[in-house]
Amino acid sequence: MAKSMPTSREAIPRIARLYRFQWEAAQNAYVLLFPEGMVNLNITAGEILRRCNDQDSVARIIADLEKAFESDAIGPDIEAFLQSATQNGWIEWREAVSS
Amino acid sequence: MARGGEFVSAVPAAAAIPLWLVAELTYKCPLHCPFCSNPVDFDANRSELTTAEWCRVLREARAQGAVQLGLTGGEPLGRPDLEQIVAEARGLGYYTNLITSGVGLSEPRIRALKQAGLDHIQLSFQDSTRELNDFLSSTRTFELKRRTAALIKDHGFPMVMNCVIHRLNIDHVGRIIDLALEIGAQYLELANTQFYGWAHLNRDHLIPSRDQLNRAEAVVARYRQKIGDGLKILYVISDYYETRPKRCMNGWGTTFIVVTPDGTALPCHAARILPGMKFPSVRDTSVGELWRHSEAFKRFRGDAWMPEPCRSCPERSKDLGGCRCQAFLLTGDAEATDPVCDKAPQHGRVLDIIRSARGPESAAPLLFRSPENSQRLTAAAVRQEGLTRNTQTGP
Repeated sequence: MAKSMPTSREAIPRIARLYRFQWEAAQNAYVLLFPEGMVNLNITAGEILRRCNDQDSVARIIADLEKAFESDAIGPDIEAFLQSATQNGWIEWREAVSS
Repeated sequence: MARGGEFVSAVPAAAAIPLWLVAELTYKCPLHCPFCSNPVDFDANRSELTTAEWCRVLREARAQGAVQLGLTGGEPLGRPDLEQIVAEARGLGYYTNLITSGVGLSEPRIRALKQAGLDHIQLSFQDSTRELNDFLSSTRTFELKRRTAALIKDHGFPMVMNCVIHRLNIDHVGRIIDLALEIGAQYLELANTQFYGWAHLNRDHLIPSRDQLNRAEAVVARYRQKIGDGLKILYVISDYYETRPKRCMNGWGTTFIVVTPDGTALPCHAARILPGMKFPSVRDTSVGELWRHSEAFKRFRGDAWMPEPCRSCPERSKDLGGCRCQAFLLTGDAEATDPVCDKAPQHGRVLDIIRSARGPESAAPLLFRSPENSQRLTAAAVRQEGLTRNTQTGP
């Protein structure tokens, strides 16, 4: 069964142990590195994952990105990305993940 | 391990960056696998780069954008300075992959590697049974590998289990997956043998039958459905049974740099077999210079070099004409369309090879990768070359 993200916006995501997230100047992009592979992230994906720091809740991440992108309608898009990032195994959650 | 890595979104060739540095630290290896991808004449390659030289190569490649580092060989643990090389790489921002047989990975060494910042360990098995694992590697290492797997888990490393697949073990694929589950690997790489180096010499023994291949693929599909997310299985297809070639190394000079133990820089592991090519050395050329300007790295980059039928093929930018080494080994012409492609004029060669492979009933004995065999075969090749040259210059 595929993993899915917690329903509460108070849940706190972090980059999964198997992955390393870093800025790559040569590619002008954030990337996720894992055993013998790499995911090249677009700007929004990079900005969301940068905030998955094991401290900020989904609610705070959304509020912060709404400020950064000067938009108040991106909450659902961010949650959709966090959901697929969870399914891909890129992020883990502080509270128990339902499966 | 001639294979592309996994890139969800590759950078276009126009902005080619050597994202991936494969550092073959040494050709010394305690194993003697008859499908080894190292060159047959590996034993003649004895002038290994120093620690300082490797560290310089790491810095130069990182400055060009390299981010994945494969530490391989031979057996990279054979280098007593492996920990220093890992520490340098990690400090530069590489994701560091140790690709090992497990032989030599003691408790103190794994602790030192963890401290140096090693990110991941890929551990090879040759089979799921002690008998065949130990036969194929010509060592008694199966139990040692299992203990090493436990050590890797204990130290919290992500672990990829790798098993090269061929006629002699392909029927064990289910049990090989069970072994990966048992040792707690996150990924299992089932790599069908690609026929270069020692594997090419032993091709008649190693190439599976189509029935074997079909059965194995069905087993893999069934396991994937059953085990879900727990273990990711990467199944590397068998080139000879395809009708289109693979985009070798993600395209010549687009993504990978292989540096051999003596510092020769190659676009792929096997490229040194190609005739008339002069490959640059990191000892006298910087990584940035050789990547951008050396004739060798430019030789098959893009599609301008292609003859027909590749030149006018609508799929030419998809597979970039396939593998140059395979084309050379099967046709004697490095520019030929990879004969794996069913549009290639010489596709029949591949079909003949598949049809005539006799496996264990092959007349020639299985040749294990050993320094003695390497010396003998290198000497024989030199004699052969001399003979050919004499014939050519004769009356």
